[in-house]
Amino acid sequence: MVNIAIATPEIFLLCTICLILLIDLFLKEDCRMVTYLLSQVALLATALLVYSRLGGEKITGLNDMYVRDDLGSVLKISILLLAAGVFVYARKYLKDKNLWKSEFFLLALFAVLGMMVMASANSLLVIYLGLELLALSMYTLVAFNRDDGRSSEAAMKYFVLGAIASGLLLYGFSILYGLSGRLDIAGVAAYVSGQQVMTNLPLLFALVFVVAGIAFKFGAVPFHMWVPDVYQGAPTAVTMFLGSVPKVAALAMLLRVLAESVGLANPAWAQMLLVFGLLSVFLGNLIAIAQFNLKRMFAYSTIAHMGFILLGALSGSTEGYSAALFYTITYAMTAAGGFAILVLLGKEGFEAETLDDIKGLNERNPWYAFIMMLLLFSMAGIPPTVGFYAKLSIIQAVMQAGYLWPAVFMVVMSVIGAFYYLRAIKMMYFDKPDNSDPINAELDFNVLISVNGVLMVVLGIFPSALMGICSAAMVASHL
Amino acid sequence: MLDLPLLSFLIWLPIVGGIGVLIVGDRFGAKQFALGIAALTFLLSLPLYTGFDATTANMQFVELLPWVETFRINYHLGVDGISMPLILLNTFITVLVVIAGWEVITYRISQYMAAFLIMEGLVNGVFVSLDAMLFYIFFEGMLIPLFLIIGIWGGPRRVYASIKFFLYTFFGSVFLLISLIYLYQLGGSFAVADLHKQPIELTPQILIFLSFLLAFGVKVPMWPVHTWLPDAHVEAPTGGSVILAAITLKVGGYAFLRFALPIVPDAAAQLDWLVMLLSLTAIVYIGFVALVQQDMKKLVAYSSIAHMGFVTLGFFAVYGIARYVIGDRVAPEGVPFDLAAQMADGRFDSAILAMQGGMVQMVSHGFISGAMFLCIGVLYDRMHTRDINAYGGVVNRMPMFAAFYVLFAMANTGLPGTSGFVGEFMVILASFKANVWVAILAATTLIVGAAYTLWLVKRVMFGDIRNGEVAELQDINQREFIMLALLAGAVLLLGLWPQPLTDVMEVSIENLLMQALQSKACVGALVGGCL
Repeated sequence: MVNIAIATPEIFLLCTICLILLIDLFLKEDCRMVTYLLSQVALLATALLVYSRLGGEKITGLNDMYVRDDLGSVLKISILLLAAGVFVYARKYLKDKNLWKSEFFLLALFAVLGMMVMASANSLLVIYLGLELLALSMYTLVAFNRDDGRSSEAAMKYFVLGAIASGLLLYGFSILYGLSGRLDIAGVAAYVSGQQVMTNLPLLFALVFVVAGIAFKFGAVPFHMWVPDVYQGAPTAVTMFLGSVPKVAALAMLLRVLAESVGLANPAWAQMLLVFGLLSVFLGNLIAIAQFNLKRMFAYSTIAHMGFILLGALSGSTEGYSAALFYTITYAMTAAGGFAILVLLGKEGFEAETLDDIKGLNERNPWYAFIMMLLLFSMAGIPPTVGFYAKLSIIQAVMQAGYLWPAVFMVVMSVIGAFYYLRAIKMMYFDKPDNSDPINAELDFNVLISVNGVLMVVLGIFPSALMGICSAAMVASHL
Repeated sequence: MLDLPLLSFLIWLPIVGGIGVLIVGDRFGAKQFALGIAALTFLLSLPLYTGFDATTANMQFVELLPWVETFRINYHLGVDGISMPLILLNTFITVLVVIAGWEVITYRISQYMAAFLIMEGLVNGVFVSLDAMLFYIFFEGMLIPLFLIIGIWGGPRRVYASIKFFLYTFFGSVFLLISLIYLYQLGGSFAVADLHKQPIELTPQILIFLSFLLAFGVKVPMWPVHTWLPDAHVEAPTGGSVILAAITLKVGGYAFLRFALPIVPDAAAQLDWLVMLLSLTAIVYIGFVALVQQDMKKLVAYSSIAHMGFVTLGFFAVYGIARYVIGDRVAPEGVPFDLAAQMADGRFDSAILAMQGGMVQMVSHGFISGAMFLCIGVLYDRMHTRDINAYGGVVNRMPMFAAFYVLFAMANTGLPGTSGFVGEFMVILASFKANVWVAILAATTLIVGAAYTLWLVKRVMFGDIRNGEVAELQDINQREFIMLALLAGAVLLLGLWPQPLTDVMEVSIENLLMQALQSKACVGALVGGCL
């Protein structure tokens, strides 16, 4: 069955990107704003398209390669809105750093397209296609500031390691294909359902490769080596994009591959995720303490957060998956906001990236300091911020799956994690500023960062709606 | 009047008011605005007392709204005789704290006032929550304003103290979180009333009890997890010290009553010796530690730990008392709690006395420690040192202040007629029925406590004027007089006539005690693990 209509949003986005590419050719240097605005319109219009198709049954099409379900739609809407938000934040950075080029937006749009494909993939091969579209765009974006040696180095590392991970993933897929003779998710699932998972060595072998590939995309220990270097080396605007939006796509991949296709092999891959998750929570939080560079600190804290997401997903239950989705969406918002504050503090020829740069922020601008404090408390998981509910639902799912001691380990590590968030807050509130230059931002930036910060508390006090959306999406997709 | 959601007002009025103060900023009257909000909140809390029905142990002023459906968390508020006095204490002390910061805080005034108001709302939330997760959210959220108060307006080592404070308490409370989630999975509810009825096997009970002990013990604080308190007190601004000593320590004690005793009674009965041991260590050993302090604030901080030892001692002495009645520490499974038999013996009354003593001690300590810290603040504002050796002969220059100071010091040693006497006396009296040696050891505090407090008074107040700075001291002004007079009134009133306080809590404590003395370890199939 072809039913090309189910891919309308993706097709629309692709056409718009091509159109923007063309228009951009004829724009003068000082009209880049048009490209930016068109990109925003493209993202929002696509989000509307996806939204208009929300609800309703799960439909597959394009020869069963593609699926439209609520899970995919929720993931896509989050990806699109997060990307639109990141664009607003990035604009200031790009202008400040003399990187105001249309390539940033176009590459990011291609990455978004790749992520949407991943979110809607119904075949292992389509997942891989989407992943590569995302990854190739990201490699280029990381190297975006071509005069900066660190940026190029980061891109090189990211590319080499990313290529290896893609290879691992593809190899795992190929073994699954060899075993089941199928590439579509339902076909693989049908194969797995007839197997004794724990004794089927080839299947376990395939799972190891698939899980390793996914863990790499998450940046989970022991596949985390690229994260700090790439976060630090990439221009902050790119780090912001990389640190927020693709996390949703990584979860999409995890849900489509591990949960939907080899979901019945949960006892096997849950053990791998348990090890990766606990190691990530442990190392991420511990090493983050030693970081003085905020971008690196956020990188290690991301590793710890990804550990939480993996641990949430390992329970294999609807609660666990929806907890992971809730965690991912809220974390992506928090991370985008955190990097936005870094963007805010930077200025022409100066990159704000160490703890010293946020010193005394409360005296320079109490409102931004307050927002940053909310974001950091949310990352630390202190109520009444939304991070608390994210952690609560993950821990609840982990305990429900019978992992009491891992849950204890997780909360103890989050106490250790609280230390470096507190240290950042201490820098902002308890120390005197090194410089007292005024901090300027345009209206759209100010409005968005305020909304972003306040959302941390609003969602923390009223988490029901978003939690409801997450679990409804899981139920609609029979996860 | 009864239709008003009074408890919600008590939580949200200070929080919204605090945000309002932040928005108003330092330009126009942040202080006046904050004082208005604090006073209004105090007035709003008075109907809790006047409208309180002391004849029932049921929750009153109840509000119930569904909140987070996914986890069946409800916005469930209510007060009983245990929480109500603590709310009044909180709203009263907050008014004083706002006054105390009036002239002293010179920078970022609106943030300072806002932090205390938000703190007040969150602490009220802790005391009125009848949903465990709601309680946890307030319990944790409370850390944020206090962390900022210590860190921004504190002394030289404020960063160390604030982060230590935060991490200690956070470390304790994550175990509380795990326990609550465990209980939720057992019974499918976070409602405190459901948790009280939830049967739990003995082994999980003991683990839950230990995590409660860690979470609440850090807050109280109990020896040996008390070390954050002296640091936090020394570095905090006067207002922060007052709130810490008078209010946040009470949260720990209150939580023992609301969670530990009724939810895991069997474990509490098994491990009561541990808590008693820690409490006695706090009372005796920390008392001696206080004796050698050179810093006035540190001295009062250690004496706070010693006094809070009485609170936990009183709460857990009930198992020792009850043991003599029924041959075991709690009523065995299948045998309903026999109130009449216990009443006849008079032991039940002793158990009530012990628990009531702990509660009175909490309220009284709130007034006394608050007053002590305010007095130290008064001296510090003038001399900018807390070193005892820098003072001497203050009475010659500040006679009115000295009168208050001596009164509060006497209350701190437990002089009859002051509130400090009532609680300690009740606890010591009751613990004789549990164990004579425990009572005797606890009673030594009357000597040690008198020693360190009177020695402090002697060195600071009396003797010759020590140096030129002391010679130039000015006596307290009207603002300081009002604060200290209000507290002196409270201390004396509670000391001479404690009945209004003990009456409102009597029925609630009786009910709590019956829950705490009734086993629930082996309802249903499991028999082997029964007590």
